Amino acid sequence: MTAASAFLQYVISGATVGSTYGLAALGFTVIFNTTEIINFAQGEFVMLGGILAVFALQWGGIPLPVAVPLAVLGVTAIGVLVDRLTIRPVRGRSPITLIIITIGVSILLRGGAMLLFGKDTFSLPSFSPGGPIHLGGATLLPQSLWVGVITLLTVLAMKFFFERTLSGKAMLACACDRKAASLMGIHVDSMVTLSFAFSALVGALGGVILAPITLTSYDVGILLGLKGFAACILGGLGNPFGAVVGGVILGILESLGAGLISSGYKDAVAFVILLGLLFLRPQGLLGASSSERV
Amino acid sequence: MPGSGNPAPFDGTGARTRFRPGAHITGLLAFAAGMGLLPFALPNEYYLTVLIVAGFYSILVIGLNLLMGYAGQVSLGHAAFYGISAYTTGILTGTYHWPVPAGIAAGLLLVTGVAYLIGVPTLKLRGHYLAMGTLGFGIIVFIVFNEATSVTGGPSGFSGIPKLSVGGKVFSSDREYYYVVWGTVFLLFALAQNLVRSRMGRALRAIHTSETAAAVLGVDTGRYKTFVFVLSAFYAAVAGALYAHYVTFVSPGSFGFHTSVLLVTMVVLGGMASLWGAVLGALFLTFLPEALRAIENLDILIYGAILILCMMYLPGGLVEGALKGWEALLSLTRRGRGAAADGGGVAR
Repeated sequence: MTAASAFLQYVISGATVGSTYGLAALGFTVIFNTTEIINFAQGEFVMLGGILAVFALQWGGIPLPVAVPLAVLGVTAIGVLVDRLTIRPVRGRSPITLIIITIGVSILLRGGAMLLFGKDTFSLPSFSPGGPIHLGGATLLPQSLWVGVITLLTVLAMKFFFERTLSGKAMLACACDRKAASLMGIHVDSMVTLSFAFSALVGALGGVILAPITLTSYDVGILLGLKGFAACILGGLGNPFGAVVGGVILGILESLGAGLISSGYKDAVAFVILLGLLFLRPQGLLGASSSERV
Repeated sequence: MPGSGNPAPFDGTGARTRFRPGAHITGLLAFAAGMGLLPFALPNEYYLTVLIVAGFYSILVIGLNLLMGYAGQVSLGHAAFYGISAYTTGILTGTYHWPVPAGIAAGLLLVTGVAYLIGVPTLKLRGHYLAMGTLGFGIIVFIVFNEATSVTGGPSGFSGIPKLSVGGKVFSSDREYYYVVWGTVFLLFALAQNLVRSRMGRALRAIHTSETAAAVLGVDTGRYKTFVFVLSAFYAAVAGALYAHYVTFVSPGSFGFHTSVLLVTMVVLGGMASLWGAVLGALFLTFLPEALRAIENLDILIYGAILILCMMYLPGGLVEGALKGWEALLSLTRRGRGAAADGGGVAR
């Protein structure tokens, strides 16, 4: 393989994995925007998306085209439950309370997945049959195309939702100023629940599309969540489209780092970038406004 | 806004200030006497080992409690500080044959420096950048422990660390080590207590209640938060050094995310902003798995449940919960007695 085709290969596989980081980042952003909570359970939504699809397929014998949406909807329901059972009862408490609760939720979800599904790693079959496509010396898995298309469609759907629907605008209003939004007759609690549902949904989507490429297991959520957060910071926290772009950039950088430097330190790349950004440019590469919130 | 009426949720400080001024010294003396005599009351040496481990955790949790309870920030990378210190002194004394005190000093210095480097950028920002920053940091450190095989021994660990020795005196028996560890707990506890009662402690509580208000009143919030973060990392480093020279073996598994979560759970269970709670939480969660061997795989689930339930229903932790329960019981019995007396009056 020539240097150029190797480079292309790193970019392709990086962008594929990065789409999942981007969707996880989108999930962080949606919840952060309505509640100012950083949801530490975000990565677990991603994990659950993949693992529930595997189990619907293997245990339930449900065909893949049904198992995938079923898993995504299942995780969405879990997202709603998380809000109703653990976040709503303590709404308005100090940020540290909410942070610790979401850490607790993430541990419970991960531990629950470990008990139910065991510590094995699982793989999900590709969404469509067919061998890899050769492209300028690099290979492209058909699943990568699925990942790209689904990520793009999700982003467009979110854009449509936030810009063209009343609920979407109401959620943005909560992000601007919750008190004013509630004075305008917006039911802030419902918007928060909706944001948890969305966040779980996009997270699970990210998990389920990646599961055929990288294996999945009960403990992939921590890393995926953290990388999703790094992607958020990269794109500027609070900016949904920046988050997705940040995810793809992060995926590519990580893949290049693994290929050119050392695969053992692959996971460290994202956090070095995260810490570096927090030092130098906390508003993110794409963010313009100050991240200082009062 | 619902958040503005926040009734200072975690500080048992209101209760503490009502105590007479010497109460904290009495408490400390009772603590020292109790822990000093405890080894004589133990049925066997095994409990001594568990108590030594609980001592490491107490040091870690007192430090983390200062950060969480008084500066309102969470660190999810405390196990990394613990580990860096343990590995540094372990490698310097084991591979390079440095004297133990020099190895420990190097570990403490390194951790303090690293914590400062992480704290300065992340604590300047609002929101929970520190939690994510330290989580990421913890994972990097864990990866390095595993990957830098030639220095750290990789996943199988690093052995051959000498026992703690200071100027020719080797602390090799468990009983000696128990006193070293709990003596250190005592000193660091007293230091934390003094800090909390000082001008600094008041400034930190002000930051916790409202950072904006504290800043308006002239508290340099960034500096104070960074100081507490570095101090809490220093506590973790002390625990790490004691750990390395007790176990004489370190491996990455002891310093991963699981340990960081365990530490946060100990703080929350004991009660944030309660130093006694920190020691209690450490003791409780060290003994719990020992008592319930069957829960080996369930422990992480239990930590998760503790975190959620405590934050929802018992934000002051075990100590405050017990105090409140006691008061409720007292007022209930008093009311009961009063009602009985009234009832008697009517009957007559």
